[in-house]
Amino acid sequence: MPTARAWREYPQRYRYEAAVCAKCGKWFFPPRLVCDACGHREFETKTMKRTGKILTHTVIRVPPAPFKDQAPFAVAVVEMDDGPRITTQYVDWKEGQLLIGQKVRLEFRKIYTDGHAGTIQYGYKAVPA
Amino acid sequence: MRDVAIIGVGMNKKWGELWEMSMRDIFVEAALDAIDNAGVDHVDSMYVGCMSGGLFTGQEHIGALMADYLGQCPVPATRVESACASGGAAVRAGFMEVASGMSDIVLVGGVEKMNDVSGDDATYALATASDQEWEAFSGVTFPGLYAMMAVAHMHSYGTTIEQLAAVAVKNHANGSKNPRAQFPMKITVDTVLSSVLVADPLHILDCSPITDGAAAVILCPADRAKQLAKNAPVQILASTQASDTIAYHSRADLTAIESTAKAAAAAYKMSGKRPDQIDLFEVHDCFTIAEIMVMEALGLVEKGKGGPAVEAGETAIGASIPINASGGLKSKGHPVGATGVAQIVEVVEQLRGASGERQVAGARVGLTQNMGGTGASSVVHILEVM
Repeated sequence: MPTARAWREYPQRYRYEAAVCAKCGKWFFPPRLVCDACGHREFETKTMKRTGKILTHTVIRVPPAPFKDQAPFAVAVVEMDDGPRITTQYVDWKEGQLLIGQKVRLEFRKIYTDGHAGTIQYGYKAVPA
Repeated sequence: MRDVAIIGVGMNKKWGELWEMSMRDIFVEAALDAIDNAGVDHVDSMYVGCMSGGLFTGQEHIGALMADYLGQCPVPATRVESACASGGAAVRAGFMEVASGMSDIVLVGGVEKMNDVSGDDATYALATASDQEWEAFSGVTFPGLYAMMAVAHMHSYGTTIEQLAAVAVKNHANGSKNPRAQFPMKITVDTVLSSVLVADPLHILDCSPITDGAAAVILCPADRAKQLAKNAPVQILASTQASDTIAYHSRADLTAIESTAKAAAAAYKMSGKRPDQIDLFEVHDCFTIAEIMVMEALGLVEKGKGGPAVEAGETAIGASIPINASGGLKSKGHPVGATGVAQIVEVVEQLRGASGERQVAGARVGLTQNMGGTGASSVVHILEVM
């Protein structure tokens, strides 16, 4: 991944920074420049709470190249308690915890390494709460 | 706005792994087939649907390349991209150009050459149709995103893996009667369920394949169609498109494809046709769950009833709502940029009564639904034989 792109995304991947519409209060993660609910263009930066629940899930058995050493791994759509939804890996779960409605918490984890000499990408993964 | 007709359709003789042919050869073969089928001696303008010539072959600037190799310079030629809906979006661009009066004879083609790269590189290229920064970064693949739709749909409506498999079984049965299909073999529910899991609960036989292929159509004003055409012309009654969030996770309803519902509602209004007045449907079955969700979005069955309808045989050729008589993306193949155009080719041939063993008897009106990504783009066309 281009270093500049990785750097631009640190506020979300490392610090869970969301944009909250100054007019209607809708949360956006990642931030946007215009609110899709009311059209307002001013936002307040707020840190998203790291808890949410699983809305749907799968287990990836044929992974993309950078994730070869991790397969099989679970991925889920998580609705955060503050409202935004994310797609994230779901790890450290036991049998019976890969479920719609399962409460989860985001943790800071290594995501993948860009080849042998590339940078290491970090970000969030969900774990059972 | 002028009425628009299709007077020629063309495809490669066979879709699949076309090792002897380059991307340009694949496109030109289908385009020449369409030109011959229409019987025209020139075109005024061209659109080329192509999702990712750059990532699949290292080639961009595909409009001019295809005009050059089709021997049509200096006509204007533009590549149209809306992920897997590129072909449908290209047809819509051609429709608007003829309807507006800007051009009379427009060639619309779609092409994808997907087998020149490794499976890993093809997976990467296809994943760029999702949200690259906020979905693909997690390691989720395209089958993974549709697998999550399947899990949500099964949870909400009780859809079963046997019902998903029934979509593949039906489409392969149809494809076995299509000489151009990449995988024309019949399969059973057991074959699907015993094939390898790609992303739970989707097996490899729930997924459409990697395909080289192209398709093309020739458009002209409807009032000139009968004079120009050597085969029965087909009118485009509706050409509509709708968008939704790029990320699947942001959809209001994770069990619905809202862009298809919106595009279909607009198409029913534009054409004056209701679903029960349409004789056949070519829809975007990139994964088996997609066909079930699209049936529901088109209003062909109640929400949540798609799976049982397929299992009961209601969508087979000869039943009440024939879906994917061509074999669909599943059996015919899915060269992503060509698919939306090939759906139109199939419906035109069906409405002309020229589909041989897979003919839907007496078909006069047909619908195509082509979508990009996880449904961030949907394009719907309704066609009627003139």
